[in-house]
Amino acid sequence: MTWIFENWERFWEVTAVHLRLSVVPVLIGFVLAVPLGWWASRSQTARAVLFPFANVLFTIPSIALIVITPVLIGVKILDEINVIVPLTVYTVALMIRSVADALSAVPGNVIAAANAMGYRPLRRFLTVDFPLALPVTIAGLRVATVSNISMVSVGALVGLGGYGQLFTEGYQTDYTGKVLAGLIGTVVLAVLADGLLLLIGRLLTPWARAGR
Amino acid sequence: MIEFRAVTKRFEDGTIAVDELDLAVEAGTITVFVGPSGCGKTTSLRMVNRMIDPTSGTILVDGKDVLTVDPPTLRRGIGYVIQQAGLFPHRTVLDNIATVPLLSGWDKRKARTRAAELLEIVGLDANFGKRYPAQLSGGQQQRVGVARALAADPPVLLMDEPFSAVDPVVREDLQNELLRLQAELDKTIVFVTHDIDEALKLGDRVAVFQTGGHLAQYAKPTELLAAPANDFVASFVGRDRGYRTLTFLHAEVPVHPVATAKIGERITVEDWTLAVDEQNRPKGWLSGVDGEVEVRESDLISGGSLYDGSTLRSALDAALSSPSALGVVVDEAGAVTGVVRADDVIQALAKARAAGEVPK
Repeated sequence: MTWIFENWERFWEVTAVHLRLSVVPVLIGFVLAVPLGWWASRSQTARAVLFPFANVLFTIPSIALIVITPVLIGVKILDEINVIVPLTVYTVALMIRSVADALSAVPGNVIAAANAMGYRPLRRFLTVDFPLALPVTIAGLRVATVSNISMVSVGALVGLGGYGQLFTEGYQTDYTGKVLAGLIGTVVLAVLADGLLLLIGRLLTPWARAGR
Repeated sequence: MIEFRAVTKRFEDGTIAVDELDLAVEAGTITVFVGPSGCGKTTSLRMVNRMIDPTSGTILVDGKDVLTVDPPTLRRGIGYVIQQAGLFPHRTVLDNIATVPLLSGWDKRKARTRAAELLEIVGLDANFGKRYPAQLSGGQQQRVGVARALAADPPVLLMDEPFSAVDPVVREDLQNELLRLQAELDKTIVFVTHDIDEALKLGDRVAVFQTGGHLAQYAKPTELLAAPANDFVASFVGRDRGYRTLTFLHAEVPVHPVATAKIGERITVEDWTLAVDEQNRPKGWLSGVDGEVEVRESDLISGGSLYDGSTLRSALDAALSSPSALGVVVDEAGAVTGVVRADDVIQALAKARAAGEVPK
């Protein structure tokens, strides 16, 4: 703890990087996963292709993916893109299934009723299907966010990675305080982000808790 | 108003859901499509608002071929009530009802005002408006479903087994409510059900569908009961069809006086005596007691159904279900006015038959 107070500025700087490297992939991944998940919820073929592919992507160890990304996309080794891309891949892999399951779980008679009322497809998706899929989607988003916050540290291997840098530095200089600071930062960040998403979810879906 | 001309629906797997259907639904009436599952009744209904398109044939609504109208536009002009209500769980009751007006571009305030009006029309309290569907009972949800279908005041209402998921008591309430609404609103209603009793009760005309998408008979309920077109219709209408015919007869049945006693009164019971409350409403029967006794609610033999002067069926049922074989007759306030006997009902039926009032 003392390290954090003595190096306040450095700690904030690292926190900001960590937050950026974990949240940006969640946002991009989410935007990509919604149409893909929608597609998977509509077509058996899409499901049969996307789900196994997503599973394979998710089984690639994060270390391997982060080390190999600069080679694959050809950017400088220290560019943040090298962490953002692999984490986006994980987010998409995780969220496709959440979004697809969430959309498939919208009751059939509600969709039939919406069609019978005269909804056109896009408006129906935006105002009926998607809002009803939100509780499950947000649950998936919470998992993706927390897992990203924990994985960002691996980026330290390519010289990036927010708190991950504190781990490597602390390890190399045999300074436990630094490692501990990174650990506390990661946990606090994960808990806060998870709580924030939980809160947003509750505010967006007041109906989900309307019981008898 | 709605016309099916040689309409056939063949699904991709080759099954014929509807086979050469010719049928005209009159404006301002309730037409019920009834039949076992897989008979094509729901498919036929859904072809009216293009939830399903026919393989061949033409469907006209108000003289216009539905296939020439863009489906969303067509559907906004046709009310639809779906099984189990199908309300939007994420919207309040008021917003659910306002769905079609908002889709049709009404402004929000006007749509809300209209929704509040409809809530009242279907018999729900104004404070239901702010609740979510999950906070309503099945019967209340279905009332909201009907209100939602009526919101843009469409001339045509399609109802797809709307009352099948609620318990029998609530179902009867909803059926009576629909008849009351229809008397006021005069819509053209197509109603799908697998329940023949519901069909006979609600339908001005009933279309009986047979497995394979074949229309077996299209007739008034009384005709269906009196002269089933074939064995399928006869068996579907059921063994009790002679008894059911009584539902459609409103003949005069003589009402006899009956001995009554108020709860708490001391009386000597000679014959069957009907115990009543302060408002003269029936509470139960007394019989076989010696000497003077006080009428106590706990000693009463519970009564049968009540005859409210409506149909011969309810008169006969009141007599048959009563422990004294005397059917209790009540007025609109529920007060006892006398009793009817089963033989009198049979005689009234014979008279009606002689007068040619019973369809042959």
